[in-house]
Amino acid sequence: MTGALRVLEHNLIVYRRTWKGSVFMSFVSPVLFLAALGFGLGSLISRGPVRTVDGLSYLAFLAPGLLVATAMQSGYVETTFPIMARIQWERTYEGMLATPLRVLDVLAGEFGWLALRLGLGSVAFFLVMLLFGTVHSGLGVLAIVVSVLTGLAFAAPILAWTATQRTTTSFALIGRLLITPLFLLGGVFFPIHQLPQLVQGLAWLTPLAHGVTLARSLSVGVLPSSAGINVTVLLLYAAAGIVAARITLKRRLVT
Amino acid sequence: MATSAAPADALIHARGLTKRFANLVAVDAIDFDVERGEAFGFLGPNGAGKTSTMRMIGCVSTASGGTLRVLGMDPVADGPRIRARLGVVPQSDTLDTELLVDENLFTYARYFGIAREEARRRAEQLLDFVQLKDRARDRVEFLSGGMKRRLTIARALVNEPDLLLLDEPTTGLDPQARHLVWDRLYRLKQQGVTIVLTTHYMDEAEQLCDRLVVMDKAKIVAFGSPRSLIDQYSSREVLELRFPIDATPALDKLDGLADRVEVLPDRVLLYTTDGEAAAAAIHTRGLRPESTLVRRSTLEDVFLRLTGRSLIE
Repeated sequence: MTGALRVLEHNLIVYRRTWKGSVFMSFVSPVLFLAALGFGLGSLISRGPVRTVDGLSYLAFLAPGLLVATAMQSGYVETTFPIMARIQWERTYEGMLATPLRVLDVLAGEFGWLALRLGLGSVAFFLVMLLFGTVHSGLGVLAIVVSVLTGLAFAAPILAWTATQRTTTSFALIGRLLITPLFLLGGVFFPIHQLPQLVQGLAWLTPLAHGVTLARSLSVGVLPSSAGINVTVLLLYAAAGIVAARITLKRRLVT
Repeated sequence: MATSAAPADALIHARGLTKRFANLVAVDAIDFDVERGEAFGFLGPNGAGKTSTMRMIGCVSTASGGTLRVLGMDPVADGPRIRARLGVVPQSDTLDTELLVDENLFTYARYFGIAREEARRRAEQLLDFVQLKDRARDRVEFLSGGMKRRLTIARALVNEPDLLLLDEPTTGLDPQARHLVWDRLYRLKQQGVTIVLTTHYMDEAEQLCDRLVVMDKAKIVAFGSPRSLIDQYSSREVLELRFPIDATPALDKLDGLADRVEVLPDRVLLYTTDGEAAAAAIHTRGLRPESTLVRRSTLEDVFLRLTGRSLIE
C-alpha cells in the first residue's frame, strides 16, 4: 500500500505544475453546458407541451447526467494517451518498476490518483450544480461518489486495453464508437426509455446508464430501487478492469 | 563458461541462465558470477543477449531456465527486496519529463521509501556528484544527451545501491560526454560500488571492467580480464594496412609476416608481436599500402577473432 502512495505522491508533484488550468476547466465546462443546454434549451422545453422531463425541469434532469458523463470522459482521456506515454514514450513505468515498486503498486497509485482527480472534477461540477439550483436534496452529495465510481468503471478497463497497445489508433475508435455515442445516447440528454428496445438494452450493459440513473435520483433525494444493481454494475466494471489491467500491464512491462 | 566454483558471497550467481521469447532464444544457458566490488562487463554486438540478461538480473524479466541468484536472493520470489538494493541505468533513459531535474531524484528516492528530508539531501548531493547542480531546477527535456545520462546515473544511486547495473551507459554520447560518464563510473568503482555494465564499445570495456564476458548470439564465447582476453585471443600488436581500392594484395603475399591475418572490407589487419618489423617486411616485399598503423591489440580484435565479425557494423 505504501508503494501506491509513492506513485500517488509522484502524480501530485506533477500536478502541482498544472493544477490551475485543470481546476479552471473543471468549472468552466459545466457552467457552459448547463447554461447552453440547461437554461437555453431547457427554457424552450419548459414552454412546450411537455414542460418537464421525467417530472424534472430539463436543467435538473440534465445536470446530474452531465456530471456523470463528464467523469466518464475524464476516465477515458486519462487512461489512453497519458498512460501510453508512461508505458511507451516516456517509459516512466519502466523506471518505477526498477525500484521496489510492483505493477500492482503502480496501478493502485494510478487508480488512487485518478479517483482523486475524478473527485475534484466532480466536486467542482457539483458546486456549479448548487449554483444553478439543481440539487434538491442532501442525498445529492452522493452523486459525487457515483460520478467517481462511473469514471473508474470506464478508466480501469480502458487502461487494461491501453496496456496492450503499441499505437494510438484504437484510442480514437474508443472515443468515436463508445464514449461519444454513450455521451449522446446514454441517458444524459433524454431518458433512455425513449430509445428503441434494443438500444436500451445496449445502454444498460454499460456503466454510464447506471451511473446517470443513480446520480439523477440522488440529486432529487430518492434512493432508487435499482441502486443495488447500479452500484454493483459500476463496481464490477471497475474491479474487472483493475484485474485485467494488472494482467495486461504486467505482460507488457515485466517480460 | 570457464568460471571457478562460486564463492558464497558472489553478488550475482548464474548457471545455465536462459531466456526464451516466443520463437527466439535471447540468452542461451550462460554461466557467470559477479564478485563484490568488481566491475563486470557484458560485451557484445546488438542482439547478443546483453539486455535480456540485465533485465533478468534487474528482476523485471523472468528467466526461462537455469539458476539466478542476485544478492543471495531469488529474483522471482524476492524481486522488490532485491530491487531495493539495485541501481539501474536502463539502455534508454526513463527520466520523468513531467518533472524538474531535482524532482526526478526526489520522487525516485521516495519510490525506495526514503524519507523526504533525506531524499532532498541525497538529490542535492548526487546532482553535485554528476555535475548537474546548476541545472537542478531545469526541465529534463532541456538537458543534453550526456546530461540526461548523468542524471539517470545519479537517479540509480539514490538508494545507495549494493549493485549498479548499467545497460550501455554511453551509447549515443559524444566523446567528451562519454569521458565524463566514464570518470564518474570510475570514481564509483574506487568507492567500492559493484558495477555490472553492458557495452558494445571495446574501449569502454577496457577502461572500466575488471572482468568481462564476450557474448555473441545468446552465448558467452569468452571470459576473463580485458588483458587476459587480449593475450589469449589476440597478439601484442596489430599492424593495420589500408590499400587503394581494389588493390588489396593476395593473401599469400602476406604469408609469414604475422601470426594471423584478417581482411576487412576497408583494411587488412596483421596480428603480430612486433608491428614495426612486420611493416618493414611489407615494404621489402614491394607492397605499397596507402597507410600503415601499428597499434596495441584491443578487445575489438578479440571479438573479431572469436566471431569472425567486427563488433559494430
